[in-house]
Amino acid sequence: MFPIDQYHRANSIEQACHLLAENPGSKLIAGGTDVLIRLREGKSGFGSLVDIHDLDELTGITHTPDGMLQVGSGVTFTRLINFLKSDGLLPALVEGASSIGGPQVRNMATLGGNICNGAPSGDSAAPLLVFDARVTLQSQRGKREVPVEEFYAGPGKVHLEEDEIVTQFSINPESHQNTGSHFYKYAMRKAMDIATIGCAAACKLEDNRIESLRLAYTVAAPVPKRCRVLEEQVIGQPVSRKLIADIASMVLEELSPRNSWRASKDFREHIIRTLADRVVSEAIIRAGGQL
Amino acid sequence: MSVGLSQERLDAKAKVTGRCRFTGDLALPGTRIAKYLHSNIAHGRVVDIDTTEALAMTGVEAVFTFADIPRIPFATAGHAFNLDPAARDKEDRLLLTDYVRYHGDEIAIVVAVDGLTASKALKKIKVTYKEYPALLNHEQALDTAAMELHKGSANQVGEHSYQCGDVPAAVASADISLKGQFQTQMVQHCHMENHIAWAYMDDTDHIVIMSSTQIPHICRRIVSQALDIPMSTIQVIKPAIGGGFGNKQDVVLEPMVAFLTKKLGGVPVMLELTREECLSSTRIRHPFRVNVECAVNNDGTLKALAMDVSSNTGGYASHGHSIAKAAGSKVVPLYPNAALSYQAVTHYSNLPSAGAMRGYGSPQLVYAVESIMEEAARKIGMDSLDFRLKNVAQTGDTNPLTGKVIESAGIRECLIKGRETFGWDQKKQEHQAFKSGNIRRGLGLACFSYGSGTYPASVEIAGARMILNQDGRVTVQIGATEIGQGSDTVIAQMASERLGIPVSAIRVVSTQDTDTTPFDPGSFASRQTYIVCQAVAETGDLLRQRILEHASTMLELPVEQLTISEDAVFNGDKTVRLSLNELALDAYYHKTRGQQLTAEVSRKVTTSAYSYGCTLVEVEVDIKLCQLSILGIRNIHDSGKIINPDLAAGQVYGGVGMGISGALSEELLADPETGWIYNNNLLDYKIATMMDSPDISCDFVETHEPTAAFGNKSLGEPPLLSVAPAIRNAILDATGVAMNQLPMSPKALFNAFRDAELI
Repeated sequence: MFPIDQYHRANSIEQACHLLAENPGSKLIAGGTDVLIRLREGKSGFGSLVDIHDLDELTGITHTPDGMLQVGSGVTFTRLINFLKSDGLLPALVEGASSIGGPQVRNMATLGGNICNGAPSGDSAAPLLVFDARVTLQSQRGKREVPVEEFYAGPGKVHLEEDEIVTQFSINPESHQNTGSHFYKYAMRKAMDIATIGCAAACKLEDNRIESLRLAYTVAAPVPKRCRVLEEQVIGQPVSRKLIADIASMVLEELSPRNSWRASKDFREHIIRTLADRVVSEAIIRAGGQL
Repeated sequence: MSVGLSQERLDAKAKVTGRCRFTGDLALPGTRIAKYLHSNIAHGRVVDIDTTEALAMTGVEAVFTFADIPRIPFATAGHAFNLDPAARDKEDRLLLTDYVRYHGDEIAIVVAVDGLTASKALKKIKVTYKEYPALLNHEQALDTAAMELHKGSANQVGEHSYQCGDVPAAVASADISLKGQFQTQMVQHCHMENHIAWAYMDDTDHIVIMSSTQIPHICRRIVSQALDIPMSTIQVIKPAIGGGFGNKQDVVLEPMVAFLTKKLGGVPVMLELTREECLSSTRIRHPFRVNVECAVNNDGTLKALAMDVSSNTGGYASHGHSIAKAAGSKVVPLYPNAALSYQAVTHYSNLPSAGAMRGYGSPQLVYAVESIMEEAARKIGMDSLDFRLKNVAQTGDTNPLTGKVIESAGIRECLIKGRETFGWDQKKQEHQAFKSGNIRRGLGLACFSYGSGTYPASVEIAGARMILNQDGRVTVQIGATEIGQGSDTVIAQMASERLGIPVSAIRVVSTQDTDTTPFDPGSFASRQTYIVCQAVAETGDLLRQRILEHASTMLELPVEQLTISEDAVFNGDKTVRLSLNELALDAYYHKTRGQQLTAEVSRKVTTSAYSYGCTLVEVEVDIKLCQLSILGIRNIHDSGKIINPDLAAGQVYGGVGMGISGALSEELLADPETGWIYNNNLLDYKIATMMDSPDISCDFVETHEPTAAFGNKSLGEPPLLSVAPAIRNAILDATGVAMNQLPMSPKALFNAFRDAELI
């Protein structure tokens, strides 16, 4: 039994927007893998629900011939993984999505939900950040689009207004074509776990030099975070073991992992450095680089 | 003939098709739901508790606090009653308390029409505490200035010691000696079905309790004591159980549901704990601190082992000092020829209450002993396996603690078999290429010995009843409880063996009901197969004799000429056949001869048998990532005659899996200042998933144990005993780093590798 006071089923995005506007304080529920946990815990703020699970308008995935990729917010991770794998797309996102929960969770959980819950540990967040994904939001007031990176507001917080719904994620062709990418989730278990540190990298090379490197971490700052300064510094650098070592030694300057009973700060810092080496190396190799 | 064959589990189909009914499935219409209010501090006193608002809520039927419960302290440990008052468990519990002894202690209870209402009502209860400093470890609890958690206890639950041989002299004369300190953590059983019980009254003075318990008969006795009502007015029923691992060898919910139904005029009241409650407010494994000294000669002779144990039982004694006591006695039959000394103390603390858990203290002690044994082998430059071969028990050795001869000991054969089938020597050779750099490989080994049942610490008694049904099939009732381990199936095989009829013609009643089931203390101490086999064998013989006697009357042939085979009685040359169906109908319904053919035997067992085994493991360590992979793990067991090879292998897979999880990741974490429990949920309590479990393999060395009806010995608990030290020794072999504290998690490896300057 769950303490649900009010429940509405939306049959379209428009109706969902209407229901959110009509019932202030309502929460959206899609796969339910986060919301039902909060309800079971008796957390306040989840008593009024607008159900958008399996909404046709939210479950589309399109990959246009020019390489534009659009994923509906209600796409489950199982579907996302199968789609990306069959088209050989976004290996880092496949790895991130595959590290979520277990098969049953991935069958229910949606990409939109994983981002909207705002967790600093969201396993799809770091891959989306390195692919410069953008998020589309809609309300009765209109539509807007922001980079996923800017959508994060703080631990457990995103810039989602009470009457808004996330409808889609889009990734531009240049953000993923001719790119090598990798994601690694460092956790205490191989399934059903929260990341101790998550790390994604996407890399483009020209003549074995870095054309662009995008590097992002989860659980290494209050929100999933790109290492922007480092990314700037490595542009144009020839690929080498020394470059990798430099990246690993610089990476912490932009990050601020917490000290908690789950893992100490120095342990997290060590893993962040180690993953910088491993994940960037793998992304470079996947981009065709020689190390 | 059925013993020794891989008979399919009797409950396999019922369980996979969902037809099997568990405690919660059987609730009566109108069952009320009760929920505990747990303390949110670890140590203190409730100075004020206001339940007015909760009681005023629609749907709330009652709220009880310390003020409402009987002031009868009782012991919860699921031991058979002891005639010696000094040997009984500590009576230190009340149904509810106003003195908080750990984070999660039970201070009030709400009864409502449904669970949601009960949960909401809990939030309306206002509690004011006076907090005291938390006493969490040996030093804090046993400090002479420490507050007493239980009056008059000095925070000590028990202590004892033994000495076999002259340890100081053996240490003094040995070529070398070495010492180590080992610390184990709080782990929890995580059985799939949480604790659940419900009760109702079906008469003015008769209470029926349905419970997921390993110990129905003992449960009845404890409820009777806790509520001060006659035992015969209580009926405890145990349906199918979703696991227990010892956590249900404790009376946790039953006295409360009986109390509640009595208070509420007999309506059914159910208590079903959440996973969170189960993790921190039922029982856990006792954390041990073990100081151990080991003395050896350069030729590999083990001269002495001196063990000093401090066991932390938490806020309430539960099984208390029995754990440290059992652990100490079960290690002796492994190295009976060395001088051995053991001293142990068990203390209270403001941690969750520790009770029985698979292995009952042995996993903690074996971790320390087998770790120091590895250190000793390294110090004298001897192969760990050769070192064990030189020192382990052999059949005919005397157990110096009991003075009794060890009738069967197959540990040498286990080691020899393991060396060969695991490829120990070959792997050792290959690993030379993996002793530097970031990826290292290592081999580890550990041995164990264990008992079968609780004798002589406790009485061992088992009962069986068999009835020839009207269709010629046989119904078996036993007091021993099936809790998922497969005991019903092996009991059917034993009955089949003695009766001469196939297992398919035998129905084992899986439900125990204290009003009708023969007496048996329950499922624990790896006792079922060993203790129950005697009663089952004798009952089978008796019923077989009665069947043949009736056949003799019907056929007018002497009993000696008759045998039972499959579904009929035959004479010697099989020229005469009388089906059991015909025979049964005659026995039941012939107007002048026969009777219902039944047999019942209750038998005490006054022996124990030692089972043995070892774990061999190969690990790979990624130093920088502080991660460990198990490349191969193999357990080799001497459990005497194996009654059912598939079920036995299943026990080993489960036990090794549990051992790996406890060795590498599980840890219930308490705040070191306040005793607050951080992770009483399965996200943060890192029990291994299937993805974390490597392929596990096993082998058996089948000795014959003469004290058991079928030559069999224990196997329920043994598979996990030697897993943690074997892995610890493999990490040492791979990296040179000794992990002397559990769990050996990535966090712990990080600290150890950093201290060793590997990272």
